[in-house]
Amino acid sequence: MQVVVLVKSIPDPSGETKLGPDFLVKREGDGVLDPGDEFAVEAALRLAEASDGEVTAVSMGPAGAGAAIRRALAMGAHRAVHVRDDVLHGADALATARVLAAAIARSPFDAVLAGVESTDGYTGTLPMTVAELLGVPSATFARAIEVADGVARIERQTEGGYDVVECALPGLFTVTASAAEPRFPTLKGIMSAKSKPLEELSLPDLNLSPDDVAPTQRVSAVEAAPQKGAGEVIVDDGSAAARIADLLADAKVI
Amino acid sequence: MASVWVYAEIGADGPTPASLELLAKARQLGDVAAVVLGPGATDAAASLGEHGAATVYASDDAVYADCLAQPAAHALHALVERHRPDLILFPSSYDARDVAGRLQAKTGSTLMSNATDVVGLDAARTQIAGGTMNVDVALEGPAPKLVLVRPKSFAAEPAGGTAEVVSVEVEIPDELRRARRVERHEEASSGPKLEDARVVIAGGRGLQDASNFPLLDELAGALGNAAVGASRAVVDAGWVPYSYQVGQTGKTVKPDVYLAVGISGALQHVVGMKGAKRIVAINKDADAPIFKLADLGVVGDALKVLPALIAEVKARRG
Repeated sequence: MQVVVLVKSIPDPSGETKLGPDFLVKREGDGVLDPGDEFAVEAALRLAEASDGEVTAVSMGPAGAGAAIRRALAMGAHRAVHVRDDVLHGADALATARVLAAAIARSPFDAVLAGVESTDGYTGTLPMTVAELLGVPSATFARAIEVADGVARIERQTEGGYDVVECALPGLFTVTASAAEPRFPTLKGIMSAKSKPLEELSLPDLNLSPDDVAPTQRVSAVEAAPQKGAGEVIVDDGSAAARIADLLADAKVI
Repeated sequence: MASVWVYAEIGADGPTPASLELLAKARQLGDVAAVVLGPGATDAAASLGEHGAATVYASDDAVYADCLAQPAAHALHALVERHRPDLILFPSSYDARDVAGRLQAKTGSTLMSNATDVVGLDAARTQIAGGTMNVDVALEGPAPKLVLVRPKSFAAEPAGGTAEVVSVEVEIPDELRRARRVERHEEASSGPKLEDARVVIAGGRGLQDASNFPLLDELAGALGNAAVGASRAVVDAGWVPYSYQVGQTGKTVKPDVYLAVGISGALQHVVGMKGAKRIVAINKDADAPIFKLADLGVVGDALKVLPALIAEVKARRG
């Protein structure tokens, strides 16, 4: 199987979110592989391993996205495609979907995997836009994927349980964190990542024009949201249970 | 007058609450139509009309429930081409998110996720950085503007109208029927639903082990009208089913009291619970972000506080 996995470089989630003067999240320096995407990389590797196939990591991002792409390669992806172009600064989900779909469509594929949503923007719609542009069926929120005879059998989380979905390949699937525990790159994996094929593409390479990726959303204002006043923080000295019960009584729930 | 559509979904008891919430907002913005696809659609039209839809585009065809995303996106696009709405509001359910994402590829129009308010035909608001910043977003490019709205952003309100029901007759080709639901499994939990309970007690990694999770059930039982939820971390770890999850990809709750037990307060959790009237947090880590939201924060071991709290609640309830 030829498996494509979408990977996104995000600012280190343990750091503070910084906005630039254009209200966009600052993406200076090296990013990290979105933790949500690690599950997709793992699921992609397992599908490829089960079928003697290969995994291609596809990413759009600035130069600092290289670290996230190398991480996917170190985990075991066979090759990577990195689309970077100054015109793409501030690209929205539609522009990103057009770029990723164009990059994926350059080679035949059986499955495209992605995280459910990014950890920094959590838009959650991009994979489906990519699926539509590629003209393939899809299932989101997969917690398990198995492939047999060209059909993927997926356990898809729902609001109240899960559905079993059968989908003819090629298809696009987003995977949740319960799909598979991501492997840690081995030293060998990290070393071999440096020699794996990494293709760098610009917008013209994908036959896209700046008009195709013009943003359709503009932040017009940012203001501090009204916050309720800080509450009280106590260190439990044995009296905490009574204090909580007081609050429950005050709220008239006991 | 502007034309504002609501993509409505059907639950066990007719239109989902989130669909009715969107109709309340849509009424303030223009002439309202609802699109509802799948078994039960025609029956849902009365309620949708009562909540403000003047027109309901409905199809009871099972294909919209049996096959994922593509048939609904195809039919919705056909309706958009024919009637040219200015704005379409979607609930933030899994299925509606998928349909909106696909529709965007067809229309080339903008799609905004996680809106907390819609302030006009081409402007919406969201929150970032754990709800500490409001962000106003101008929606540009071709119509219709597409907006996914977070649950409970508006209050559903009947307006007392009656909708004209227009049957949706769109041919769904076979190639759009390739992802099919073949089984459905409900993981039912006892007690009140998370969304309806007056008290929500949610557990996270700080409980240390799945075997400690029943302490939350015991506290919920002692309180009555309380439901148990969970952070994504423990759902991912398999301690409890996904239906417990509160947060960005789980449920949004607005109880009278939210008790966060061993939950650090990651952004994606906070967006699902910060609307609670009062928040109590128990966490060992005095620096946990959840304490910034808490009306009462307890720095301590949840495994010590919980049994004491259960005893205290039982004693006070007599």
